[in-house]
Amino acid sequence: MSTFWSWWIIGLTVTNLLLILWVLLANRKVAVRDDVDPENRTTGHVYDGIEEYDNPLPKWWFYMFMGSIVFTVLYLIIYPGLGNWKGYFPFYEEGHWTSVRQLEEQQKRALAQHETSYGIYSTMSVEELAEDSRAMKMASRVYANNCAVCHGADAGGALGFPNLTDNDWLYGGTPENIKYTLVNGRNAAMPAWSGVLGEKGINTVTQYVLSLSGAEHNVDLVEEGQKIYAANCAACHGGDAKGNYAMGAPNLTDDIWLYEGTPAGIRQSLRQGRNGVMPAQQNRLREDKIHLLTAYVYSLSLE
Amino acid sequence: MSNHMAAANANSIYNYHVVRQFSIMAIAWGIFGMGLGVLIASQLVWPDLNNILQPYTHFGRLRPLHTNSVIFAFGGCALFATSYYVVQRTCQVKLFGGWLIPFTFWGWQAVIVLAAITLPMGLTSSKEYAELEWPIDILLALVWISYAIVFFGTIMKRKTSHIYVANWFFGGFIATVAVLHIVNSAAIPVSLTKSYSAYAGAADAMVQWWYGHNAVGFFLTAGFLGMMYYFVPKQAGRPVYSYQLSIVHFWALISLYIWAGSHHLHYSALPDWAQSLGMVMSLILLAPSWGGMINGIMTLSGAWHKLRTDPTLRFLVVSLSFYGMSTFEGPMMAIKTVNALSHNTDWTIGHVHSGALGWVAMISIGSLYHLIPILFGKTGMWRTSLINVHFWLATSGTVLYIAAMWVNGITQGLMWRAFNADGSLTYSFIESVQASQGGYIVRVIGGGLFLLGMFVMAYNTYRTVRHGAPVQVAEQQPPSNTQAA
Ligand code: HEM
Ligand code: HEM
Repeated sequence: MSTFWSWWIIGLTVTNLLLILWVLLANRKVAVRDDVDPENRTTGHVYDGIEEYDNPLPKWWFYMFMGSIVFTVLYLIIYPGLGNWKGYFPFYEEGHWTSVRQLEEQQKRALAQHETSYGIYSTMSVEELAEDSRAMKMASRVYANNCAVCHGADAGGALGFPNLTDNDWLYGGTPENIKYTLVNGRNAAMPAWSGVLGEKGINTVTQYVLSLSGAEHNVDLVEEGQKIYAANCAACHGGDAKGNYAMGAPNLTDDIWLYEGTPAGIRQSLRQGRNGVMPAQQNRLREDKIHLLTAYVYSLSLE
Repeated sequence: MSNHMAAANANSIYNYHVVRQFSIMAIAWGIFGMGLGVLIASQLVWPDLNNILQPYTHFGRLRPLHTNSVIFAFGGCALFATSYYVVQRTCQVKLFGGWLIPFTFWGWQAVIVLAAITLPMGLTSSKEYAELEWPIDILLALVWISYAIVFFGTIMKRKTSHIYVANWFFGGFIATVAVLHIVNSAAIPVSLTKSYSAYAGAADAMVQWWYGHNAVGFFLTAGFLGMMYYFVPKQAGRPVYSYQLSIVHFWALISLYIWAGSHHLHYSALPDWAQSLGMVMSLILLAPSWGGMINGIMTLSGAWHKLRTDPTLRFLVVSLSFYGMSTFEGPMMAIKTVNALSHNTDWTIGHVHSGALGWVAMISIGSLYHLIPILFGKTGMWRTSLINVHFWLATSGTVLYIAAMWVNGITQGLMWRAFNADGSLTYSFIESVQASQGGYIVRVIGGGLFLLGMFVMAYNTYRTVRHGAPVQVAEQQPPSNTQAA
């Protein structure tokens, strides 16, 4: 803040405090004394029948008031408050307190604690951790705070957010695959087909896709649909439609659907494409937490 | 001569018409606003009540209507009524201002009705306690300036040499609220029903809470202290305890409140220096606030026995106790480390209502019980026993409300800050909501009792106006230089 504003704030604050102090001290003495009738301490004013006594300020109240002013003066020496005066705070090496600094201090303390609580697990393998109940208890809390919003508290997934418990994987289910997903995130790229295939083509290939997982479909269109599939879709989803981990292209034969598996839902996926995003965690979570979460996700598909 | 007799013919000396209007509307709006309070409190227990008529009856739309109608409609009407009454009686002149006087009444009612229409429609500037959109804000500003002209005009032509302390507080409240309202409501309109604040970012937040805290400090405190300084000594029949104390606490109170707003923005993007100043000024505020409480309660020395028989006086004295309690709690909550626990929890809501129900509503109710018989030329309220019933309903309702919110608030604060050893949160948010359920039910009961008391008051008032015993004794002649009504 500029020097002018700094002095403006200091000036107003100090003036206000001094004025209060003055009003307080100037009114300590009883002004009215009636020597003839010492019990009568009224000021002599009468308003609509209301009189006023001239009792002195209660002592305890006066000292409480003074005490709060003294506290204020000390506080404003120690902490920032008076314009550009940063305060004198001996507990920080730079000599003054800021809220940012207080936050950093607390974060540092938390980190040191995490170093031990999470650090001990970073040398264990994912497979080992998945069998360690204490580690998994901790991991479930990290999961609840960071992942459950999308994947659900039970990890059962939701429309567009994969189920993590069914051992069905878009990008592979090995510890390495899972960790890669967590660290770097994933960006799905199912293109939109309405420009290429038209509504008729989309409907035709939809019938073929439905047939792959044994769902009800129009038998007459399957042959034609398979041709369209081979020309356009097989590159990613594979000739056998079993999907491709490298591209995150889902298996279309297992009747597990990230988006709706109804004819309308499949047509919608084809028409507009799908671009689901799993956000990268590498700048959000510590490495040892990601390691623990990897084991947690891995453990969900065991047994 | 007794008050009530003096009042009988005072009708011709003073303008009681507008005081009667505002008094009756204070009761009516009190029932409306507190009824809404009970409704939104019930919505937090039974969420289905949101669906009475969506989207108009949604909690988010009715909550600001509750705050506006209790603060500005109920509290405002009570303040208009008492300040118009007190300024006339203590200056011994009729109200100044001609047509501006009825304009303040009808203009104020229009503002409230417009609020009751626009807020449920979702038209809001989204600034708390200043939600009304710009056309209504302009009307409000005009009414308020008229109020200032009427009030200060009356003070100017007073027949007393000094200005009574009640009028210092009313005057401070009127002048400051005008400034607060106009500065905080400055906005750039984009249509008749939409505008954007003239300020941005942290500066906007600071202006808003500079306003917000002084809505508390001047609207809900200074104005009601004005009420206290007239009705407590009047009802107790005792002199005010200490003139000196009133001088000191008046100047300290009004100058310190202006600084305190930043305690609403602790640990926010507001610069550290502003947060510190808000905190320390709030701490010093404890003493001047208690100055008012002491001056009111000590006025009773020598008249304590009256509490046994006079429930109106009991309302006034208990309101001062709640005032003392909430102004102790407030400075404590302004300490940053305490605020870190209390902020955003029901503790704040409890603090608000120990001030709002315990102090603001109770002092208004006590003052109205004093006023109504006088205004309508009756010897007293129809049934003193009903005032007593009202007193116990109001007191127990307030205690239930605030105790429930303390328990809830501290529970929530502790649950939100609980961490496991591994650094994860111990409780999810919804668990803290579930833990609050019991307190929410108790609040509905407490609020319901308070509301019931307001109905008792309305009935008692109706019977008083209709069937109360009229004052018979003729009063002394009005001072010759006062024009008759
Ligand atoms: C029957 C009596 C009342 C009941 C049941 C009641 C209930 C409520 C409820 C449920 C809320 C919302 C709390 C939340 O969001 O969690 C609220 C807010 C509020 N009420 Fe009341 N209320 C009553 C009377 C009053 C009175 C008389 C006043 C003022 C004179 C008042 C002033 C306020 C204010 C200022 C807020 C907003 C608090 C904040 O934002 O921190 N209430 N009330
Ligand atoms: C010395 C006097 C007082 C001080 C220092 C004080 C201080 C505070 C503090 C620190 C908060 C919490 C802010 C937050 O965490 O967001 C608060 C909230 C509040 N107080 Fe007070 N308080 C005082 C007296 C009163 C009185 C007498 C009333 C009512 C008549 C009152 C009404 C309120 C309201 C309505 C809020 C809620 C504001 C909101 O968040 O919507 N306060 N007060």
